[in-house]
Amino acid sequence: MDNLLSIVTFLPALAAVILMVFLRGDDDAANRNAKWLSLIATGATFVTSLFILFQFDPQNTGFQMVEQTEWLLGLQYKMGVDGISVLFVLLTTFMMPLVIAASWDVTHRVKEYMIAFLLLETLMLGVFMALDIVLFYLFFEAGLIPMFLIIGIWGGKNRIYASFKFFLYTFLGSVLMLVAMVGMFSDAGTTDIEQLLVHQFGSESFSVLGVHIVGGMQTLLFLAFFASFAVKMPMWPVHTWLPDAHVQAPTAGSVVLAAILLKMGGYGFLRFSLPMFPIGSDVLTPLVLWMSVIAIVYTSLVALVQEDMKKLIAYSSVAHMGYVTMGIFAGNQQGIDGAIFQMISHGFISGALFLCVGVIYDRMHTRDIDAYGGLVNRMPAYALIFMLFTMANVGLPGTSGFIGEFLTLVGIFQVNTWIALVATSGVILSAAYALWLYRRVVLGDLIKESLKTITDMTRRERAIFAPLVVATILFGVYPAPILDTIGPSVEALVSNYQTALAEAPSATQVAANH
Amino acid sequence: MLSSDLNVILPEIILSVYAMLALLGAVYTRKDGLASTLVWITSALFLAVALWIGFNGAGTNVAFNGLFIDDGFARFSKVMILVSGAAVLMMSEGYMTRRGLLRFEYPLLITLSVVGMMMMVSAGDLMSLYMGLELQSLALYVVASLRRDSVKSTEAGLKYFVLGALSSGLLLYGASLVYGYAGTTLFSGIIQTASEGDVSLGLLFGLVFLISGLAFKVSAVPFHMWTPDVYEGAPTPVTAFLATAPKVAAMALFARVLHDAFGGAVGDWQQVVALLSLLSMFLGGIAAIGQTDIKRLMAFSSIAHMGYALMGLAAGTAFGVQSMLIYMAIYVTMSVGTFAFILSMERDGQPVSNIASLNMYSKKEPGKALAMLVLLFSLAGVPPLVGFFGKLYVLRAAYDAGLAWLAIAGAVASVIGAFYYLRIVFYMYFGEERDDGLDGGKSPVLWGMLMASAVIMVVGVVNLFGIEGMAATAAATLVN
Repeated sequence: MDNLLSIVTFLPALAAVILMVFLRGDDDAANRNAKWLSLIATGATFVTSLFILFQFDPQNTGFQMVEQTEWLLGLQYKMGVDGISVLFVLLTTFMMPLVIAASWDVTHRVKEYMIAFLLLETLMLGVFMALDIVLFYLFFEAGLIPMFLIIGIWGGKNRIYASFKFFLYTFLGSVLMLVAMVGMFSDAGTTDIEQLLVHQFGSESFSVLGVHIVGGMQTLLFLAFFASFAVKMPMWPVHTWLPDAHVQAPTAGSVVLAAILLKMGGYGFLRFSLPMFPIGSDVLTPLVLWMSVIAIVYTSLVALVQEDMKKLIAYSSVAHMGYVTMGIFAGNQQGIDGAIFQMISHGFISGALFLCVGVIYDRMHTRDIDAYGGLVNRMPAYALIFMLFTMANVGLPGTSGFIGEFLTLVGIFQVNTWIALVATSGVILSAAYALWLYRRVVLGDLIKESLKTITDMTRRERAIFAPLVVATILFGVYPAPILDTIGPSVEALVSNYQTALAEAPSATQVAANH
Repeated sequence: MLSSDLNVILPEIILSVYAMLALLGAVYTRKDGLASTLVWITSALFLAVALWIGFNGAGTNVAFNGLFIDDGFARFSKVMILVSGAAVLMMSEGYMTRRGLLRFEYPLLITLSVVGMMMMVSAGDLMSLYMGLELQSLALYVVASLRRDSVKSTEAGLKYFVLGALSSGLLLYGASLVYGYAGTTLFSGIIQTASEGDVSLGLLFGLVFLISGLAFKVSAVPFHMWTPDVYEGAPTPVTAFLATAPKVAAMALFARVLHDAFGGAVGDWQQVVALLSLLSMFLGGIAAIGQTDIKRLMAFSSIAHMGYALMGLAAGTAFGVQSMLIYMAIYVTMSVGTFAFILSMERDGQPVSNIASLNMYSKKEPGKALAMLVLLFSLAGVPPLVGFFGKLYVLRAAYDAGLAWLAIAGAVASVIGAFYYLRIVFYMYFGEERDDGLDGGKSPVLWGMLMASAVIMVVGVVNLFGIEGMAATAAATLVN
């Protein structure tokens, strides 16, 4: 199949169009059909995406399964995957059927809900496969529309504020990236990522309005992309949209947000910032690293005092994304391996944690930690699953959470011991807030009257968790499949990055003196 | 000679003769009874002329010793003007008939105004420029106050007239200065004077006054004051017309004057146009936030959009003109769809323009709400909708011309703009359900226009319907 990537990308969109055009009515039968069609479509997408994995050759560090067609304005429709992106594609297709299955109890505007999620899947897949910067931007930004609607229509009480904040915050970050892309187009004469990766952007220092800019154009481009990806990640101090969005979004929306949308920022750093602007990255690495550790420590402390479960997990996500940016900008094999691993594993774990909150929210309609306690007495299965993912979130060896955190810490330790030291304290803090949350919600005596009749997880809910449990433990014990897939591509990325820096010692020198 | 000259302006002649004959015919027969038929005949005629111009024209023909230029650029703009004029006419028929507003003068005044616009985009001389501009404006002043018994409508017409006269004065003063210092009113003569090294101060003054007059017509800040009041006061179909065809004509005329007459002095007008663009984008975005009336909101939205189109013009290159043409084509398509939606907003048969009345519209009319959602995101410039590509083209043009600061400002302004478009989405989709919602619209014409425009916004992503190449050809005839 020559256009396997396009098929995978647009399969969910096709299902969405079918739903939009052919499904009429608002009764139970129509809703059931919408759910089943979405589940089948996302399932089929996952199965098809497995073929990408089968055809993928990890040893080849270039782009594979490339499709290319001319488009407008000298742009191209170009898709392809390499070792860095292929696992994100699979993460997306793997999570979406679970997300749809987790939305089975939605009763409000089911058809539109499913259409929004299906379109969102197409756009997310497009982000990870696009090999043209404007095509990337197109998918990257378009994802805001369905997510805006998901939060705004199916969200909680304060959904309007959250949806507007989400949209405008991320939009502001991204338009600067668009201008930078226009600049790159102008400078390199192409928008093809493959060619841009080998294009040397200027790194001569110059002054703008009296401000001396070390690293010149590369630094400016880096900053513009950084504005977008840092918001998306999200990094401290531009993370404030995330807790709001998470708390207000419906469970499935939170899962998608945490498991996949946040990964776009990290993917962007690996696809654009590091390889295309190595000198700009080098100049700003100290800033990014300190922002990352501040995120790890500060947001962990903030997580400690949260009353709302979703908010707590949201802050924990910000902290874990801190490890990711730290690993990426360590700029060595372990760091970047760890960052990608952490992103994949965080996809499983945070997705599962939000699903855990969803399970009890569906029963009690509250996310207040105070409203719970002693759930283990009535929900043993739930207690077990929640414990597994709490431990994985803490980074317990044997779960996938450990590998990612450990590798990023190893990576950063070789670069900057102080940062590694501060970041490691985050591991302890995450144990504190995660275990305390678990203690308050699940353990203890069941004294609250309202909880006396709560029921354990249904079969559907257990089935949703099963793949996540398997993935978390499997990759925790045996991380090789992931590391082997990303290894060669990351190695090539790191060696290109280091070569580029070595070739421009002057700029690094200037940066060091600056 | 004369016959070949007349041949060049045949489309304009046909439309004027039609307008006058129809006027006589209607006066001597059934007057307003014919109005409906006239609307349809006029829009059919517009479309026929558009097809004729679009497919038949070739090369550059100059008539009346350079007074009138028929080139690729003029033809591209004329097709846009005629098609959008026809679309708006078709949309107004049902609305105006039901409110008893439809007089037989309406389609004919629109026709005369369109002839003026076609004159404008083909102008090769300051005199033909002024002639076209005034023909267009006078017809528009009258249609803006078409609802004679409404205070707001007459106020809108009067305001438009007084401020329009002021801007004509500015423009005439500028034209006289240019004539004084260049010694000719022909663009081809002016450009020779303007390219001979330094542009004299007098010519520069003339240029600035000309730009001010034109900026009034495209409603660029700081010459935008009339726009919200006129948009709000005029009957909605007239507002729809004001937001589409005249904007294209004025923008095309702007490009023609800047490039045909002052093409050699790009450095002298670039900063002026860039400033107009910057102010329009920001004022349009910020002032629209507080609006509760959707027509006023669209007025500010159009000001912001003109800012983006001016950004393309500010580049001063062929690509800049091309991006401006593409932007205008996209803008006009979106506006037609949006106004089709606004025209269909009514409660108990009465037109409503309050944004809050759209509360939970998506529940009542999911199809129309979805189409409007697409248009709003497209207006905001969110990919993958076509509106995004318009922005991409002008940003690229500005960046390439060394106006990176303008491109950055434009990108930031688009975020402000996104906020007010999202507010409409918020009402349609996120609001609380109430009883006093709008009626479901019944007009198939409006429904068709809305849907067509929304579908174009989605499907156009594939190749923008080939408009890129046409705009490039058109721009190449203007800038060489």
